[in-house]
Amino acid sequence: MISDAPGQMGMTSESASQVPLPEGAGQSNYTVIPKTSAEGTSEGELLEVAMGPQHPSTHGVFRMDVVLDGEHVVKLKPVFGYLHRNHEQIAESTTYLGSMPYTDRLDYLCSMTNNWAYALSVEKLAGLQPPERAEYIRIITAELTRLVNHTCLVGFLLQDMGALGTPLMYAFRERELILDLFEALSGSRMMYNYMRFGGCRVDLSADWIEQAKQVVDGYSRFLDEFEKLLTENEILVSRTQGVGVLTVKLAINASITGPMLRASGVNYDIRKVDKYGIYDRFDFRIPLGDHGDVYDRYMIRVLEMRESVKILNQALRDIPAGPIMDPKAKIRGFRPKAGEAYGRIEGPKGELGFYLISDGSPNPYRYRVRPPSLINLTVLEDMCLGETVADVVIILGSVDIVLGEVDR
Amino acid sequence: METLDQIKDRIEAAVPGARLEIIPNDSPANQPSLLIDHEHAVAVAKFLRDDSQLQFDYASNVTGVDWLDAVLKEKVKVKQVVEGVEKEVEEVIEKKRAGYLEAVYHLYSMELKHGPFILRLRTENRTDKVHLPSLTPIWRGAEFQEREIYDLYGIIFDGHPDLRRLLMWEGFVDHPMRKDYVEPDDFEYEPTPHDEVLERAKEHYPAEAKP
Repeated sequence: MISDAPGQMGMTSESASQVPLPEGAGQSNYTVIPKTSAEGTSEGELLEVAMGPQHPSTHGVFRMDVVLDGEHVVKLKPVFGYLHRNHEQIAESTTYLGSMPYTDRLDYLCSMTNNWAYALSVEKLAGLQPPERAEYIRIITAELTRLVNHTCLVGFLLQDMGALGTPLMYAFRERELILDLFEALSGSRMMYNYMRFGGCRVDLSADWIEQAKQVVDGYSRFLDEFEKLLTENEILVSRTQGVGVLTVKLAINASITGPMLRASGVNYDIRKVDKYGIYDRFDFRIPLGDHGDVYDRYMIRVLEMRESVKILNQALRDIPAGPIMDPKAKIRGFRPKAGEAYGRIEGPKGELGFYLISDGSPNPYRYRVRPPSLINLTVLEDMCLGETVADVVIILGSVDIVLGEVDR
Repeated sequence: METLDQIKDRIEAAVPGARLEIIPNDSPANQPSLLIDHEHAVAVAKFLRDDSQLQFDYASNVTGVDWLDAVLKEKVKVKQVVEGVEKEVEEVIEKKRAGYLEAVYHLYSMELKHGPFILRLRTENRTDKVHLPSLTPIWRGAEFQEREIYDLYGIIFDGHPDLRRLLMWEGFVDHPMRKDYVEPDDFEYEPTPHDEVLERAKEHYPAEAKP
């Protein structure tokens, strides 16, 4: 307590006011904003909270600046860049093949599809055509990657919802089987560096195909078990249905792709639209959602896994013998003609594209990754407005981001 | 989908005064693009999105490219009188091209399932006239990607609702994806400098770094 009389207790009112507390001191990660109505009368307070970057629900280092009215979100701004390493600049200063291992690190759960998207774009740029067996291998590895990604996503989503451990452990148990397959194929559990321009690096053995068949057979049973636990689970249904609704119009206008777009009911799958690789030979369907909420996004992923199992069964049955590299492909002195190309595939998270400009030198003049994770976050604020903080966590979980790709 | 020439003619009819140019693409990908001018960019984009035969409702990829000042060599056939006989002779003409920044939009149609249609916009130079009209009001999907171009290339998009840096931090000065970007010298002292690090250590800490 400061008395008015100077000199008492050795402390004056001046010395107390000379050291003002810095703004926001003692309130490290939130700010209070007064809330006023249109007439200017006070209506309580809003709270600005920084969710992240060190927050378990953000799946990495990602921050959301959230303004809350009580428990409800009034404003949400995502903040990126904590994992930015200027991937594109690195790739522009190395050779075309030299950045193939870097593409593994974009979306480190789906390295095989990253490899394929990059290889596909360079093949477009240089006019290469992979032989048939290589196309089959690519489809097998890409669909296995889709299984890995979607299984993990469902596990993480349930983890975000508070189902600690069990669903994620079930998901990781199955993922491990597929990672074993990839390790046998490429020598690495996650960073495969497997595709090459005009083919693949090593061939599949007959044993590998038998082993893959066993894994795929077991996967349907695993999905049955998983769905029995989750799909009609009362807690999951009440937490997710009607939460984070994304309308069709906004989804298209905001360039949303992948399972998120299809959960809103738009029939757009690049495997069907572009028919890249040899996807036109396989019999599979595109599951579509109806409401565009978190439950639909969960359900789409489960149904897509069942379609992937169908594709895998056909591909593992039909895979022909033959070479795995285009004989025209050059490993040394690879210099595509000047020009540009944009190639894209349906990655597990959405449209993964690579835009390349060649000036005839061994390095790409321009190398650009179109990251589905980043662009799908465009509508994060629209989906979260009016929802509670707990729902923000599962809405973000249902978008399915990997920060290695968001920040590049 | 119509060919690029047909689309160009229809745009010229729909948006009077628009200056368009087809940029050829020599690679086997065969993806030529359309260069549009600044004043009519939004009108052209709106036409591409709303026209019933095109319906490019989906702006997939938006990116920047940096083109430095360059000397382009072009082979031209010139008629010359050589030893009294008129002959066609190939001559190499050197043209100076001033540098510019470019924004590239890859458009697709989700409704009609065709594409890509590639739009290009160019700034006047690389230093002070780096403004381009933003197409985010037409395609919201360009929002973060235009912010990224602003961040990494320094193109200023007029009409963008929220133009801030996306990946680099606020207060960062340069644009790291430009071709003439120089890394800042952020050398830190190491207790055991060696090789290249030793050379740099000598520059920074001449007294401490003894070979």
